[in-house]
Amino acid sequence: MKPEALAKTGEPRPGEPTSREEGARKPTKRRDAMVLSVLPLYVFTFLFVIGPLVYMLVLSFLRRAEVWGVTLEFTFENYANILKPVYLKTFLESLKLACLTTLLVALFGYPFGYFMARQNAAWKRRIMVLLMIPFWTSSLVRLYGWIIIFRANGVLDGLLMALNITNAPLKVLYTYAAVVVGMVYALVPFMIFAVYSSAEKLDWQLVEAARDLGATPFQAFWTVSFKLTLPGLLSGIVLTFIPSMGLFFIADILGGNKVVLVGNLIQEQLMKARNWPFAAALSVVLLTLTSIMIALYRKISGVKDLEGLV
Amino acid sequence: MDDTVILQLSQIHKSFGDVKVLDGIDLSVRKGEFITLLGPSGCGKTTTLRIIAGLERPDSGRVFIAGKDVTNEEPNRRNVNTVFQNYALFPHMTVEANIGYSLRLKRVDKETIKKTVSQALELVQLSGYEKRMPDELSGGQKQRVAIARAIVNQPAVLLLDEPLGALDLQLRRQMQVELKRLRARLGVTFVYITHDQEEALNMSDRIAVMRNGKFEQIGTPSDVYDRPKTSYVARFVGSANIVEGTVLESDGQRIAFRSQGAVCLVAARGARLSPGEAVRVAVRSEMVDLTPYASPELPYSGLDAAGGNPGDSQVGLQAVVKEKNFAGGVLQITVSLADGSELVASRHGIDSPLVPGDKVRVTWQPERAVLVDLEETP
Amino acid sequence: MRKKARFPGIYLGIILALMYVPILLVIIYSFNESRINSVWSGFSLRWYRDLFRDKDMLEALINSLVLATVSSLSAAVIGTLAAVGMPRVKLRGKSVVEYISTLPIMIPEIILGMVFLVYFSLIRLPFGMITLTVAHTSFCIPYIYMLVKARLVGIDKSYAEAAKDLGANEWNVFWDITLPLILPAIASGVLLSFAMSLDDVVISVFVTGVNTNTLPIRIYTQLKTGVTPKVNALSTLMFAATLLIIMLSTWFGRKTTLSVKRRNT
Repeated sequence: MKPEALAKTGEPRPGEPTSREEGARKPTKRRDAMVLSVLPLYVFTFLFVIGPLVYMLVLSFLRRAEVWGVTLEFTFENYANILKPVYLKTFLESLKLACLTTLLVALFGYPFGYFMARQNAAWKRRIMVLLMIPFWTSSLVRLYGWIIIFRANGVLDGLLMALNITNAPLKVLYTYAAVVVGMVYALVPFMIFAVYSSAEKLDWQLVEAARDLGATPFQAFWTVSFKLTLPGLLSGIVLTFIPSMGLFFIADILGGNKVVLVGNLIQEQLMKARNWPFAAALSVVLLTLTSIMIALYRKISGVKDLEGLV
Repeated sequence: MDDTVILQLSQIHKSFGDVKVLDGIDLSVRKGEFITLLGPSGCGKTTTLRIIAGLERPDSGRVFIAGKDVTNEEPNRRNVNTVFQNYALFPHMTVEANIGYSLRLKRVDKETIKKTVSQALELVQLSGYEKRMPDELSGGQKQRVAIARAIVNQPAVLLLDEPLGALDLQLRRQMQVELKRLRARLGVTFVYITHDQEEALNMSDRIAVMRNGKFEQIGTPSDVYDRPKTSYVARFVGSANIVEGTVLESDGQRIAFRSQGAVCLVAARGARLSPGEAVRVAVRSEMVDLTPYASPELPYSGLDAAGGNPGDSQVGLQAVVKEKNFAGGVLQITVSLADGSELVASRHGIDSPLVPGDKVRVTWQPERAVLVDLEETP
Repeated sequence: MRKKARFPGIYLGIILALMYVPILLVIIYSFNESRINSVWSGFSLRWYRDLFRDKDMLEALINSLVLATVSSLSAAVIGTLAAVGMPRVKLRGKSVVEYISTLPIMIPEIILGMVFLVYFSLIRLPFGMITLTVAHTSFCIPYIYMLVKARLVGIDKSYAEAAKDLGANEWNVFWDITLPLILPAIASGVLLSFAMSLDDVVISVFVTGVNTNTLPIRIYTQLKTGVTPKVNALSTLMFAATLLIIMLSTWFGRKTTLSVKRRNT
């Protein structure tokens, strides 16, 4: 330690006045050491989070070079490109799918989270473990399961035909419906966790009080339970909507090349067309959309962190 | 009792932001003494304790322990230990590890730690609980472990922050007795915090009644209970009635004063007041006599005429019985006075012939009433 | 109201069952003699045998394990240090840095993959294990940071005060009190990060090098091209691994909730 630092934090000389200055001084030394503990995070964040994001923004305003890479030329061309009907259509298609997915996820997930919160502690724990297992199972493994189910003459076709519901294979794989099912399946746990963490905190006596005051079960649900679990539902909507814009591999695997989403478009531009500025512009737009959603969520719910995220 | 001062606070001031929590606290505690800081929540008693422990620094003022200025010492360098309000037993350590923690920090050898811990457990009557985890203990047991952990270090002063606050009434009473016994055996100085006046009266050598970051009165339980200095102390310790009035005359022993059109008496106890001065008098509810009002009013005829005459109680306030409540083993009769203020009289037994609406005269023995707020009321 | 109480149970049961159907099918057909996933022709372990003979798969597995271990542990160090240090430092823009550091789990994976791809080629980081590790560490840090931070908030500060009162200095407090109490959170954070890393396709596809494969990347390419039941066998093994991780993490998690509960008594 440097001598001047020692002189500052040394023993208080006799007769040194108030303890206020003394109290303020000591922690300073400790804080200096504490800075070291946050240093790795700062370095990592600046180097590998802020750096890439800033570069993406810059890149989105650069012009693509004729053959390879980019030229240092400022342009709005990439953003203008997005407005071309073919790309705009992809964006709208993605939004449509994301909305549909989110709606279905809410429809299936909300009651699950809500009912789960009403179970007793032992069942809550059991259900939580049962949910965690598929949730943490590789998404590819689960997707593969759907391939087995959906493929022509696969499990679903076999079942339907055995029950004489259909008499020819439906060939669901590589259709829009398969993508929707895959998306809902992948994202429903997020909704469940979000709703559950909100409903878990709910004081059920409030519902009983509402019933006692003359509300029908539905009125009690609507005026008390639903209102109080709304932050969870909203959080769940954000948590499903955002990834559903980007889960290109579900569309890729279950939809063949029939369903093209923004995610697929970005991947294509990046890996195949090698038009990085355009991919960057697409990402900026997508990121803006998601940021708006999160901001809206915060505004509406007044909660800073997304519920059920951790 | 050893008369050396073990703990001294001088002119402690402390604010949190704009809120002044302690406003010039002075306190001396003798070695071996049991002193209680009594006051409602938010009066600054916990902050005082934390300043003694070193968990909080005063804005100004000094703390001395055993004659040494420890104002700027870290808590780990002070020879005091605390029993925390919520016990603060380390949840990841066994009872044994919890109690032995301070000894381990001092690098005491394992054998000695083991022996000391088992002695401490014996002292709090928890022998055999060494290997339990804190969450396997009941509230009362946690309490005992917390105490054992705090005394194992043989502190000069043991600080207890509402240690019985979380226990139910029966357990509280039992623990009060045990704490008293423990103190007698250890001879350690106790600084005890509570908001329960009964607990304070039962256990302490001295009580410091706190209000808004200041001590209202420091004295023995009987000082505080029988001779409150202020109306606040009178109300807080044993919920006394406060009657206000103006002095009529004084014969050196008693003072006659006028209140709400009637005359009341109070023992002077050396107070010199001249006619016309405002006074405030505290009367405990159990000291209040209620006489049915049917008898004709007896006029006040001066202290001399009344002197030596047990019929002093003829004078008194006029009141109407408002309601009767049975609580805590006594019947409380609330009466309302001429100016609408209320006064409580308590009786043993569960009922009295008085019914709401009855007119009564309120009197008391002059020596049972205490003049309060003498400094405040000029 | 009692009579309706059955419906929620049935609903929960059905949804849970549906969640397991795809996984169970994968497992069942991994033991199938036949090459075709929809026809059951008898029990066999041949696909497992084939799997273990597949050098590429084995290499991908090792890559994945190394990657998951390195990134979750680096994230544990960075995240834990920061979570402990953040409340005690006074730095300008602290909350902004804190917010930005959690972005990798807030923004769509595809964007993260894309920005890493372009950024790594800008700073000329060689694509392969290094880029994979950086990318994976970036999304592991927020998990550990948030878990440890939440745990720290949950720890009653009177524990630290009691320790100091009993003679502990700052360093003792950290080693004896804080660290043991946040350890379950760190452990479950590491396990979750490990699982996340082991599962990641999207980001990995973008930042991996030509010759570096991870297990998910291999499976992804196989699912897109042609699958053999070898993938079933592999998936079954991965599922078993997941199961193990979940069991471990709930074990840690239970200890965590227990100590949180203790605070209330």
